[in-house]
Amino acid sequence: MADKPRLAVWKFSSCDGCQLSLLDCEDELLAVAGAVEIAYFLEASRTPPQGPYDISLVEGSITTPADSVRIAEIRRQSKAVISIGACATSGGFQALRNIGDYDEIVRNVYAHPEYIDALKTSTPISSRIHVDFELRGCPVNKHQLLEVVAASLAGRRPNVPNYSQCVECKRSGIVCVMVAHGTPCLGPVTQAGCGSLCTSCDRGCYGCFGPKEEANTKSLGKRISEDFGVGHRATADMFRTFNAGAEPFRREALRHDEH
Amino acid sequence: MSELSDLSRRNDVHVMKPEGTEALIRALIEDGYEVIGPKVIAQAMLYEPYEAGETPPAGWTDEQDGGRYRLIARDDGKLFDYVVGPQGFKRYLFPPREKLWSAKRTADGFAVGRDGAPAKAYAFFGARACEVAAIGIQDRVFDNGEFSDPTYNARRAKAFIVSVDCSRSASTCFCASMGTGPAPEAGYDIRLSEIFEDGHHMLLVRSGSEAGAAILEKLDLKKAKKADLEKADANSRRAAEMQTRVMPDDAREVLARNMKHSHWVEVGKRCLGCGSCTMVCPTCFCAAMEDVTGLDPDSAERWRQWDTCFSVNHSFIHGGAIRQEAWSRYRQWITHKLSFWHEQFGQSGCVGCGRCITWCPVAIDIVEETRTIRDSEKTEALHG
Repeated sequence: MADKPRLAVWKFSSCDGCQLSLLDCEDELLAVAGAVEIAYFLEASRTPPQGPYDISLVEGSITTPADSVRIAEIRRQSKAVISIGACATSGGFQALRNIGDYDEIVRNVYAHPEYIDALKTSTPISSRIHVDFELRGCPVNKHQLLEVVAASLAGRRPNVPNYSQCVECKRSGIVCVMVAHGTPCLGPVTQAGCGSLCTSCDRGCYGCFGPKEEANTKSLGKRISEDFGVGHRATADMFRTFNAGAEPFRREALRHDEH
Repeated sequence: MSELSDLSRRNDVHVMKPEGTEALIRALIEDGYEVIGPKVIAQAMLYEPYEAGETPPAGWTDEQDGGRYRLIARDDGKLFDYVVGPQGFKRYLFPPREKLWSAKRTADGFAVGRDGAPAKAYAFFGARACEVAAIGIQDRVFDNGEFSDPTYNARRAKAFIVSVDCSRSASTCFCASMGTGPAPEAGYDIRLSEIFEDGHHMLLVRSGSEAGAAILEKLDLKKAKKADLEKADANSRRAAEMQTRVMPDDAREVLARNMKHSHWVEVGKRCLGCGSCTMVCPTCFCAAMEDVTGLDPDSAERWRQWDTCFSVNHSFIHGGAIRQEAWSRYRQWITHKLSFWHEQFGQSGCVGCGRCITWCPVAIDIVEETRTIRDSEKTEALHG
């Protein structure tokens, strides 16, 4: 079995939810295990790491000096690095600290701040190393994860579109919650891929998959804050969730802070 | 049309009670059709499958404006007083996602299988004039002598259309200025016109084809009176007169000669590039092919799914995407729809249903943008 591609799954600053998406592939998990040798996956086994790896899936963001060293080593040992999830691709929820006063936050949260050895920012994996592919989502969608693994094995580009959630809603026959119900929604500026989890339950999109290509957040932000009466404060909050550090969302939230 | 044939066609007009829709839908189901008709789902009027015994929902109307749709319940029992909802019948004839073929590796190469299901025979119940016109436009896209799409055509050949005249218009409707409505002139198998006044509630029934006439044989109909026809005509006229949006007659020429107008950039600032307009448009036909391989290295599939010219990838060729800016993608869509469609298919690609206006999250308006360019053409030429 030595010729099977070797897959590793790494964790940085994150909640483990994206790794669990891989374990969530119950029906397909045996096929995955048949197609690759799972060489390192702490969430699923205790085998110690031993490179090199053909594919490294990386979850989580870079938040400590030690992370910076470890991700460089993973890059050295991996042919392909695929970052998975909002933390790994935009810095995650924890990127909220990028806009606050780091020292004050540490003082407020920890009884002994002197023990904390962290970076002042939470940043995506791509802020430190070259990443071969970024898979979005909080958490990632298991079908997209399988697609990325299958595409990597086949040596082709994954079918992971960068267009809006609206395309996905309309194809699925979901009635637009913004137009028909007046519900504020980030779908028009958010990348598709979640399987319309919220909009299929008549909820507005929370933007878990981060900004779509060329996201016009300014136009949507204006529509939501002014025409929908959400106000600037709440609109800024809408853009500041799982992908608060993604540039178009970060910028749009700041724009509403200024009001 | 000669007076005589007009007269004979008029003689074919019948009336039935509103409850007659139940027998009509049942007759279509008994004839093997999957009937698709209006249903209230998620506070909108969608077109969904009917079972025998089902009837169209009564007492609904709608309010529509740029970026806004509200379905409103009333207690008047009228059957068709709303206009078009978010989805046309496009998704049945041209499904959002469809497997075209699959391939399996063999000892000496690979074998390709067309494993699609046989085409369903759909009966579209309650199609408005603009929707009948839109199906006519897609017919030309998918079967035009040069190109012929087998899956669309197989479904289309079996399809049956029960149309309904509109007796009111939403603020987003502009079919009258596109020459497609409010009542269809052709393209239906059965045409219904609702009459609801002075305590009378009935449906005028006409057949437009042999298949339509055969279904009508099975229904309990009475001959229509001249007064009934006049009422139906008055309803259509009223619907047309209600329309506040009017597409300029010269939209084709105006857009074609203003490719560098400064207004494109202004629209681009508002446009989200979300593609909603193309998804809800009953004539937009763009699709992207997706080749799928699973973890099994010996099989592959090709899928076709709705695409949008508002995605960057839509114009991707070797070296990158041609239309990088949002405004250039909007310009591509509207100029194709209203102008270059004529050169490609010999007609406009717009039927005036207004869906792209209603379902744009930021209320961009195909009529308004065209008018803005038209009205500022001269000043633009001076300063541009």
